[in-house]
Amino acid sequence: MKEKNNHKHAKRYGMVIDLDKCTGCGSCMVGCYSENNIPFKTDETNKLDSINWIRVFKITNNKPYPDTEICYLPMPCMQCDGVGKHGHSPCVSVCPAVATDYDLDTGIVSQIYTRCFGCRYCMAACPYHARKFNWWDPVWPADMEKYLSPNVSPRMRGVVEKCSFCFHRYQLARNKAYLEKREELAEDEYQTACAEACPTGAITFGDLNNKSHAVHQLIKSPKAFRLLERLKTNPKVYYLTSKNWVRRAGDNYLAHEEPGKIKNNIKEHH
Amino acid sequence: MSSTDQNQTVSTEAAPDSVNHEPETHAAPSSKSSGWVVFMFFMIGVVGSLLSGWILFPELLYSKKTQPIDFNHAVHLDNVSDGCESCHYFRDDGSFAGMPDLNSCIDCHEEAQTDDPEEIKFVDEYVTPGIEVPWLNHSKQPDCVFFSHSAHVIGADMSCESCHGDIGTSEHTRVYEENRLTGYSRDIWGHSISRLGKPKAGDPLPMKMNDCAKCHKEETGHKGACFQCHK
Repeated sequence: MKEKNNHKHAKRYGMVIDLDKCTGCGSCMVGCYSENNIPFKTDETNKLDSINWIRVFKITNNKPYPDTEICYLPMPCMQCDGVGKHGHSPCVSVCPAVATDYDLDTGIVSQIYTRCFGCRYCMAACPYHARKFNWWDPVWPADMEKYLSPNVSPRMRGVVEKCSFCFHRYQLARNKAYLEKREELAEDEYQTACAEACPTGAITFGDLNNKSHAVHQLIKSPKAFRLLERLKTNPKVYYLTSKNWVRRAGDNYLAHEEPGKIKNNIKEHH
Repeated sequence: MSSTDQNQTVSTEAAPDSVNHEPETHAAPSSKSSGWVVFMFFMIGVVGSLLSGWILFPELLYSKKTQPIDFNHAVHLDNVSDGCESCHYFRDDGSFAGMPDLNSCIDCHEEAQTDDPEEIKFVDEYVTPGIEVPWLNHSKQPDCVFFSHSAHVIGADMSCESCHGDIGTSEHTRVYEENRLTGYSRDIWGHSISRLGKPKAGDPLPMKMNDCAKCHKEETGHKGACFQCHK
């Protein structure tokens, strides 16, 4: 926590998901599964022990026909900055094994599988259910093991895993930048698998600190909100919606409270 | 402890033997001369344990393997134009090719160029049938490790020798010592089983996580975030 970041221009990689554009097709989940060697079972009916780094939830306004509306809500790891953007995210602050940390250079919360001993404290701490536990060793059908990505290490039984914002893609992009003697990455050089897989372009990914990146402008939109903002977890995943009921579903609002008009009072420094 | 415990449990039967033995063992440390005997036996045990741990254990722990071809780095380095990078090059995407594949070798070695039996063996057994050489990699890291050669060699301007030692001037391949438990090379832990002291000049540096962290701490001011070296 006391470590200072090396680079003058620290990055804060974040994601903006436009819920008006999301059709709930699940391409982001498929892209994520194949990109990150995520294990699956032949029977995935019990969603409580399914492992997914991004999961599309279906929410509804609970009104009878013809006023029924539904909305699909893809949820990756929110990569919480915590209060003061010091990386005091809920999971990092509780891990007894230092198996997860906050990278001050990129703002990405890591998960080190070989370090994790599976106490699942982080899962209890995470208000977004972004973390999943490996109850079994992965079993790959037929010769699928040969098709696993060498850039992401497969997990073993007894450890927690979660979305890494495809950090290996950042590393590979940086490899190329080093070769070409560049300091900065272009916006399209580092994109997550889910953002690339989305057929409607609902997912935008980039550096929130970089004015030339699309996400920098998108998060200023009046349609933008984050999930459970009042917990002060300071997530880097933003959502866009034009529907008020969707926005209300993003946090626990009392009947008289209006989303967007409540002061969050997140201190930037403390 | 266990013997006295046993004696206590047996003592309900009032076994006279065990009762007679106890005063003897308790009385022993009271005399000065036998105190030295105990100390001597203790030290013999300590030294014996250390010696077996440092000398015998490594012999048992590491199996010795030889490379499939006795490769001569010195000869090759004399005949190539671009130093190490002639064969161990960066791909266009910034990733490092590592050990050259057969295609790189075939450029020069489609036929044996000398009478060297190792080269003839290489051509006959690998080049002609088109089989990749199963080189043993002294620096192979576990699956969870991400290492960027471009960050170190290009970004930080480090030389190959600074980690891999004087491998480029070697005339024969070294014995590959494989850890029987982990399957990794002894080079990763380092030759010194106690990990004390520095490796000899020209020897490769140990490559455990602490070794990475130590250098990162010295060079960049902090050890770096987990994802910097893990995947």
